[in-house]
Amino acid sequence: MHMADALLSPAVGTAMWGAAAGTIAWCSAKVKQELDDRKIPLMGVLGAFLFAAQMINFTIPATGSSGHLGGGLLLTILLGPHAAFLTIASVLVIQALFFADGGLLALGCNIFNLGIFPAFVAYPLIYRPLCGQDPSTGRRTTATVAAAIVGLQLGSFSVVLETVLSGISALPFTAFVSLMQPIHLGIGLVEGVVTAIIVGFVHKARPDIFIDNATVRHGFMKSIVPAFLALALVTGGFISWFASEKPDGLEWSLKKVTGREELDGANNGLHGRLATLQGRLSFLPGYNFKKTEGAKPEAGGKNEGGSRVGTSMAGIVGALLTLGLAVLVGVVLRKRQQLAATRPHSHEHAHPHRHEHEHLHSHGHTSHSHGHSHEHTHPHPHVHDHSQPHQADPNPQHTHEARVDVHCHGHDDSEHGSHEHHHDEHS
Amino acid sequence: MSTFDGAILDFKRLETLASGDTTLHRLDPRAKVIVTALFIMAVVSHDRYAITRLFPFFIFPAALIAAGNLPLAYIIRKVLLLCPFAIVVGIFNPLIDRTIVLQLGDIGISGGWLSFASIIVRSTLTVGTAFVLLALTGFPAICRALEQLGIPKLFAAQLLFLYRYIFVLTEEAGRASRARELRSCGKKGQGMTSFATMVGHLLLRTWQRAERIHVAMLSRGFDGSFRTSRKSSLGSNECIFIALWGLFLVTARILDLPKLIGTFITGGF
Repeated sequence: MHMADALLSPAVGTAMWGAAAGTIAWCSAKVKQELDDRKIPLMGVLGAFLFAAQMINFTIPATGSSGHLGGGLLLTILLGPHAAFLTIASVLVIQALFFADGGLLALGCNIFNLGIFPAFVAYPLIYRPLCGQDPSTGRRTTATVAAAIVGLQLGSFSVVLETVLSGISALPFTAFVSLMQPIHLGIGLVEGVVTAIIVGFVHKARPDIFIDNATVRHGFMKSIVPAFLALALVTGGFISWFASEKPDGLEWSLKKVTGREELDGANNGLHGRLATLQGRLSFLPGYNFKKTEGAKPEAGGKNEGGSRVGTSMAGIVGALLTLGLAVLVGVVLRKRQQLAATRPHSHEHAHPHRHEHEHLHSHGHTSHSHGHSHEHTHPHPHVHDHSQPHQADPNPQHTHEARVDVHCHGHDDSEHGSHEHHHDEHS
Repeated sequence: MSTFDGAILDFKRLETLASGDTTLHRLDPRAKVIVTALFIMAVVSHDRYAITRLFPFFIFPAALIAAGNLPLAYIIRKVLLLCPFAIVVGIFNPLIDRTIVLQLGDIGISGGWLSFASIIVRSTLTVGTAFVLLALTGFPAICRALEQLGIPKLFAAQLLFLYRYIFVLTEEAGRASRARELRSCGKKGQGMTSFATMVGHLLLRTWQRAERIHVAMLSRGFDGSFRTSRKSSLGSNECIFIALWGLFLVTARILDLPKLIGTFITGGF
C-alpha cells in the first residue's frame, strides 16, 4: 500500500511532506530530550531489522497466499511512539530511494500513512488503553490485533483520500474505498496476529525490554490531541487552498490535449466539459494523416479543420523530436564522457575489478585487527563521503581508500553476523 | 532467497556506481538534491492528461545518465519494475474515464487511456530520476546533504545507522529464511507461528547487537552527538548546475516545448 508519485498532485504531496517533516522534527526533539544514548543505536539497528524482516514471507492460513510483516506497530510497542516513528520513517526513506517503493514525493504520504497511524493513533489510543498495566497474554494479543487493524484501516483510508484528492487516478472515492478497506482488514488481522506472537515471544525472553515503555507518561494523550488537530487544520487548509484552483488547471490541460485554443459551452464540472468536447470533436469528419499532409500547407490559414489537424500533427512531431533530443543529449554527453575517460589523466575511475580486489584485501585486514571483539562501530558512521575527497584532493589513491573503508565495514560485520548466526542455530 | 540476495546486490551496485568519478559525482550533493526535488515537482505538477508535455523532462535523466557514466541498461531495468501500485490503480482509469478526448485518424482515444499513459510516463520520470540521484551521489552523501539542508541531526544519524546495518541484518535474515525454507521442504512449516518465532529470535539478536554497539560507542567516547568532517561548499559549479537545470525545468514546465518545436518544424516546411 505504498503511495506512488505518479498518482500524486503536488499540493497533496507537499502537504504530506510538510506533515511528515514536521512530525520527524518533533520526534527528533523528543527523542533527544529523553537523553537516552542507548536509543540511538537501537533505533538504527531495529530499522535494519524491520527492513530485513519485511522481506521474509510466510504463508497465510486458509488463503494459500503469502504475506509479510509491516512492523510499524511492533516497533512502536518496543521503542515507544517517537523513536518508532523516526525508525519507520528512515526505513521508508531507504525503500523509496533504493527500491522505488512509491517515490520521493510520495515519501511524505508513506511516512504519514505507515508511520503516524501506528505510532500516534493505534498505539496510544488503542493498544495502551486495552493493554493496561501488566497485561495477561490474552489481553496483550487482543490489544495488539485491535491496534494493528485500526492502524492499517486508517492507513489505507488515507491512501484513498490522497489518491482521490490528487485527482490523477479516475477511481471514484466509493469504489476505491470499498476496494481498499476490506483488503486491509485482512492484512490488519494477519499483521496483528503475527505482531502479537512476536511480542509474546520477546516478552517471554526479555521482559526487561518492556519495562521502559510501561512508564509512558499519562500526559501524552493531552499533548497528542492538540497536535493532531493542528496537523489536520494545516493539512486540510493547504490542500483545499490548492484544490480550489484545480478546475483551472484541468481546463487548461484539456485545451492542451485537444489542441484547441478556446473552450466554450457548459462549464459545469468535468463531465459536462468532457461531454461538450466529445460532441464538438465528433462533428468533425474523421480526419487522418493523409488528410493532414494535404492540410499542412494551409495550416496557418483560417480553415478550422485544417488548423486543428495542423496543431495535432505539430504536437506529435514535436513530441517525437523532443524525445529524439533527449536521446541525442544522452549520446553526445556519453561520447564526451568516454573521450574524457580515455584521456590518460583520469584513470582513477571506478574499475569494478580492481575495486573488488582492494575490498577483499582490506576486509581481511580489518577482521584481523578486530579479532573477536563484538562490534566495530564508529561514533560517526560513514563520515567519508564518496564525492568529497575529489574536490579537496586530486590524488586518486586517497579516494579509493575512503571508498574501501565504507565497504569493508559492511563485510567485517556480516562476518560476525554469520558467526553469531551459526552459534544460535546450533544451540 | 532471491529477494535478499537481490536487495544486497542492489545496494552494493548503487554504492559502486556512486563511487564513480565524473564532474557530476563531484558536485556537492546539495545541488543534486535540490535540482532533483525541483524536477519531481515540475513533473508531477502537470495535469492528469499531460503526456507529450512531459517528454522534454526526459532530457534531464538522459543527460545525467550519460554525463555521469551510469549504465543505461541497469537504470532502465530498475525503472521497468515500475511501482506496481501506480499501475494497479492507474489501470482503472481506462475503464472509468471512457470519454473520447483525442481523435487520431479513425481511432478515438479515451481520457482514461491518456491519463493512464500519463501515469506511466510520470512514474518512469520520477522513479528513474530518483535512481539517477542515488547512483550519482550515494546514500551517505545524500543524508549529509539533507542534514545541511535542515533535517534534524538525529534523523540524519538514524538514516546513516540504518544504512550501515541493513547489509548485516539483511544477510542474517536471508540466511535464517533460507534455512527455514530448506527445512520446510514443501509448504509445511512456512506458516505464521514459525515465522513469528524466527523473527522473534532475529529481534532478540538485533537487540543484543544494539546493546553491544552502544557499549562500543561509549568506549570510543560517544557523548550523544555525531561529528562529521565537512569540507563541502556550494561553489561555482554547483551554482551553474542549479541555475541551468532550474531554468530548463521552469521553461519546460511553463512552455509546451514539443508543441512549439512541432509547430516550428511543420510550419517551416
